[in-house]
Amino acid sequence: METILGLNLATWWFLVIGGVFSGYAILDGFDLGAGALHLFFNKEESRRKALNAIGPVWDGNEVWLVIGGGALFAGFPVVYATIFSAFYEPFMVFLITLIFRAISIEFRSKEPMLWWRKGWDISYSVSSIILTLSLGLILGNIIQGIALDQNFIYKGTLADFFNPYAVLIAFTTLSLFMMHGAIYLVMKTENRLYAKLTIIVKNTTIFFVVMFSITSVITLLFVPHMAERYEEVPYMFAFPVLAILAVVNITRQIAKRKYRYAFMSSAVVTALLMVLVAVGLFPNIILSSINSAYSITVHNGSSTDKSLKIILLFAVIGVPIVATYTTFVFWTFRGKVKLDDASY
Amino acid sequence: MFRIRLGLKFASSNIGFMNTEILSRIQFAFTIAFHYIYPPLSIGLGVVMVIMEGLYLRTRKPIYEQMTRFWIRIFALIFGIGVATGIVMEFEFGTNWAVYSRYVGDIFGSALAAEGIFAFALESGFLGILIFGWNRVSPRVHFFATLMVALGSMFSAIWIVVANSWQQTPAGYRIEGEGMKARAVITDFWEMVFNPSSIDRLSHVIIGAFLAGSFLVLSVNAYYILRNRHLAIAKSGFKIALVVATVSALMQLFTGHRSADIVARHQPAKLAAFEGHYDSLAVADMYLMGWVDNKTQKVTGISIPAGLSFLIHQDFKAPVRGLNAFKKEDRPSGVNFVFQTYHLMVAIGITLIGLTTLASFLWWRGKLFEQRWLLHIFAWAVLLPQAANQLGWYSAEVGRQPWVVYNLLRTSDALSQSLKAEQVIFSLIMFTWVYALLFVLFLYLLNKKIKHGFMGYDEMIPEYSKRDNPLLK
Repeated sequence: METILGLNLATWWFLVIGGVFSGYAILDGFDLGAGALHLFFNKEESRRKALNAIGPVWDGNEVWLVIGGGALFAGFPVVYATIFSAFYEPFMVFLITLIFRAISIEFRSKEPMLWWRKGWDISYSVSSIILTLSLGLILGNIIQGIALDQNFIYKGTLADFFNPYAVLIAFTTLSLFMMHGAIYLVMKTENRLYAKLTIIVKNTTIFFVVMFSITSVITLLFVPHMAERYEEVPYMFAFPVLAILAVVNITRQIAKRKYRYAFMSSAVVTALLMVLVAVGLFPNIILSSINSAYSITVHNGSSTDKSLKIILLFAVIGVPIVATYTTFVFWTFRGKVKLDDASY
Repeated sequence: MFRIRLGLKFASSNIGFMNTEILSRIQFAFTIAFHYIYPPLSIGLGVVMVIMEGLYLRTRKPIYEQMTRFWIRIFALIFGIGVATGIVMEFEFGTNWAVYSRYVGDIFGSALAAEGIFAFALESGFLGILIFGWNRVSPRVHFFATLMVALGSMFSAIWIVVANSWQQTPAGYRIEGEGMKARAVITDFWEMVFNPSSIDRLSHVIIGAFLAGSFLVLSVNAYYILRNRHLAIAKSGFKIALVVATVSALMQLFTGHRSADIVARHQPAKLAAFEGHYDSLAVADMYLMGWVDNKTQKVTGISIPAGLSFLIHQDFKAPVRGLNAFKKEDRPSGVNFVFQTYHLMVAIGITLIGLTTLASFLWWRGKLFEQRWLLHIFAWAVLLPQAANQLGWYSAEVGRQPWVVYNLLRTSDALSQSLKAEQVIFSLIMFTWVYALLFVLFLYLLNKKIKHGFMGYDEMIPEYSKRDNPLLK
């Protein structure tokens, strides 16, 4: 088995995928969160501003999902095949809602009637919430493990998918994205909408801190395998400690009204939560709840070293390019939202 | 009463493994066919936009700027829907075709990853500048962005067609493991990329896309000319697109022939289905049109005797292997469907050559825009390359059956094992609804943008042109 800096190629690819999905959670996280909060804004102008705050970037954020999906298929085809067929309905709902949300954003501004705009506002917000919850449900199931047999075929039912722990993770994800989205919006707005958002930021942050605490306790109590790795390799404790510090920093920056730093902190929190999951799972990717020997790991689920070497080379060249353009787009559209005739 | 009970029994027994397969195939075909309306348009429009903006950069004439900016707005719409429906495709391999995904992941995955990282990122990255960047970057940088977006959309096609071609003519791989754990692993990346059919199929697909894009431009401009709107820009734009369309239509004859040649060499059963040729070893006719009877194994129609033999072997007496030379389970079942889609595609291809060369001839004689009937045809002809692109894929993919990876993996074995028919019915209904809505949105917005027309020069002055135009400084 070939290694680079002491890690084998499959582990490197595990890190790449972790990075891409963390990037996706941070980026699409704030626009999904902004969508989830959309109905809290009452005035037409506020809703337009909220929508245009994510206008130039939301579809760019979804590019990360496309790259993540491709990266999973390329490096861990077994994982890709297993989770998408196991969670068939949730993923179909996810894909269809993704399109429906895009339709809502595009349709809304095309006609001036009140009923028209209100209808699309509702569907935009509801689809943002459904998308966030389904991402959380999927994550919750991955953390716990799913019923896989020795051929990596899913033996569970749809009802298993909605287990209490996964539902808890789903609402924690919603709280995280709502907070993240609220902080993003407060950075992009002024005057009365800004004032309103400062309150929403506080409330969503409280919501998140509560959910974060409950989830931490429940996970330690009921999903013990997530903590095993930290007992084996004590310096890994740095990650949960950092996560807690970052959460504290969000509240500190919000109190100081330094929203840019608060946003960075919530991005860091999102990334660290992904790291916590990754560390807890590794070297497994999909745990089998039937027999731990049936789990899909970075070893039995990966492509061959030859294939991994090719895609790692792609990643080394490609990821910096994607990161550069993302930065460039955000830089181009920096500052507060101003409505003009090109807006939604 | 008895009848109803019998009917119910039939329906419930039908929800088995076979049914899941057929439903999954229908769903994949529906979602990919819908998706495939858009990427060819963006690839073709990309080329036309590069020419228009290139002309603007050289001449600095405002009409080129106006047409470039108009088409960028249309491009943005088409690209957006292409992305939304493309995400579905990316995940559908895993949801419905899990065994296939495991089998080809080592090979297919790297092509798909390359598409995501290089092509798609290039496209989406520069698209922001393309749409929002008129008054933020210099004309040269903007032109560069247009070029990158056009290239990006072509790169996308390259990787996707490479992956598909590998399924048709696998190369650069070996099979590892057995039964459920069997998979193809890569042995030579470049051999995989340049598998026997890649280049010919890719050129056929790309030129089909050029036709789709240029005919959209022809159609919209023909509409403006007929309505007496934006005459100067519309005529100029029509000519630019006509050049692209004529060259592409003629080249398509060549790439089409090459593609058929590859099919003859590597997928003889598919070729036999193209022409409805059953006899194991006999001289084969080439049909212009016809109808295949599966039972009698006869084709009724107009044919060139021994035409297929000549096309493949350059010899009117050479025999061609027919469908009966293959085991029943190894050859496509929808022979008439493959025959019809293939022949319709060819017929449209010939029509496009006729239309574009006639228009080019009239242009040369200086009479192009006097022929209102021809402009009426062009206004509607946008549907022709679209139809040909769709039909070509139908014949290529249905003709590949019963294999999903030719001679290696059967479509019926490729299905997700945990999948049930009810699940696919559910998703198929949802896709039908949402795609119908998406299509309405697309037509509505496209119509709105076309009705709005080119922006007047006055409208643009505050943005881009002021800086470049010395008269306005």
